[in-house]
Amino acid sequence: MKLYGSPGAPCTARVLLCLEEVGAEYELVTLSMPTGEHKGPVHLARNPFGQIPALEDGDLVLFESRAISRYVVRKYKTKASDLLKEGNLSESTMVDVWLEVEAQQYNPAISPIVFQSFILPKMRGATPDQAIIDTNLEKLKKVLEVYEARLSNSKYLAGDFFSLADLSHFSYTKYLMATPYGSVFESYPHVKAWWDDITSRPAFKKVAAGMMGS
Amino acid sequence: MSSVSVTVYGTPLSPAVSRVMVCLFEKEVDFKLAHVDMAKGQHKSPDFLKLQPFGQVPAFQDELTTVFESRAICRYICDKYPDKGNQMLMGRRDGGLLARTSVDQWLEAEGQSFNPPSSALVFQLVFAPMMGLKQDTASIEQNEAKLAKVLDVYDHRLGESKFLAGDDYTLADLAHLPNGHFLVTKDKGDLFTSRKNLGRWWEEISARPAWKKVVEMQNAPWA
Repeated sequence: MKLYGSPGAPCTARVLLCLEEVGAEYELVTLSMPTGEHKGPVHLARNPFGQIPALEDGDLVLFESRAISRYVVRKYKTKASDLLKEGNLSESTMVDVWLEVEAQQYNPAISPIVFQSFILPKMRGATPDQAIIDTNLEKLKKVLEVYEARLSNSKYLAGDFFSLADLSHFSYTKYLMATPYGSVFESYPHVKAWWDDITSRPAFKKVAAGMMGS
Repeated sequence: MSSVSVTVYGTPLSPAVSRVMVCLFEKEVDFKLAHVDMAKGQHKSPDFLKLQPFGQVPAFQDELTTVFESRAICRYICDKYPDKGNQMLMGRRDGGLLARTSVDQWLEAEGQSFNPPSSALVFQLVFAPMMGLKQDTASIEQNEAKLAKVLDVYDHRLGESKFLAGDDYTLADLAHLPNGHFLVTKDKGDLFTSRKNLGRWWEEISARPAWKKVVEMQNAPWA
């Protein structure tokens, strides 16, 4: 398997984390973002949206980090470890719910904060737009209120089991923690405890080491 | 005849609610629609928040199972009722992991690339006027430009594939119906029709009986 992307990019890191969690053998092919390699014809054949990451596994070519993650987790599932819980409908449904919550509630709030406060200044030498940060921080707090209630009743997001839903939150949150805005988690003790728990996993530590700012 | 076990909470005019409804119709799974009065703030009531903690529609119950997020609900409906109605919505069974994975990929494309600009457009064109809000013309322009780029990619894909995930109509196509329909009704249909393959695809998917049923319910005076 070949993963095309950049270890410092959040969506590439999402897939790297899956690959590490399931113990897959893979090669990371780093694309040169500054030279626009991701918009060139070779990469467009892998990802027609000109984005990273893309995965090659034999004849299969995949894009969208969340879809790649599902593929990786399914391919490597064992009796002992199934991060999608597809053998049990009530569990897999909860995994799907919280995967969508990440994609549709959490990500739209956190990614503009990360883009403005981390990516723009640190990777592009540009000035952040504080108004965008402030608006999205308020959105994120409302989302974290829901997470706090959920994680007060459940050890992990989909239930009392670790799943792809938890894992999918890692990369953007890791970047948030490298900015002053990471302190927002302090107001949500169960969310903070969940974060501390999942980031203690070896796969998380390994991927974090490859990301900038860790 | 068994009693109806499925309840969808919301109004057919909500894109996310209509996404769930069209899936239920495709799967031929009976359901009750429980209207949620958003104007009166019913979606923020404690009872509703127990079903959907973000205070959004749809909420969904099937006997004791509560599900939210429309795309997760659609996945649940397909997984819970694999032998009912359309059996190819998550990929043909004989297509194995690869068929399902292709559906996952294009569902994510919908969720991450099509949905943001199209939802912003739908809000400005459909819901802002309904709510007595002034339209933000800059937002309309920006999001139309963003959406056009996405649709160019789709048009290319649909030149090599009958539907987004492959030869069969799947959840990946279905997910686009709600916003696509509103764009067409608000005179933005040329976004689809000006692109040959995309136009062909839109004609086909919007003509499906399950979607027509939803549109009928949206147009009903009590919607």
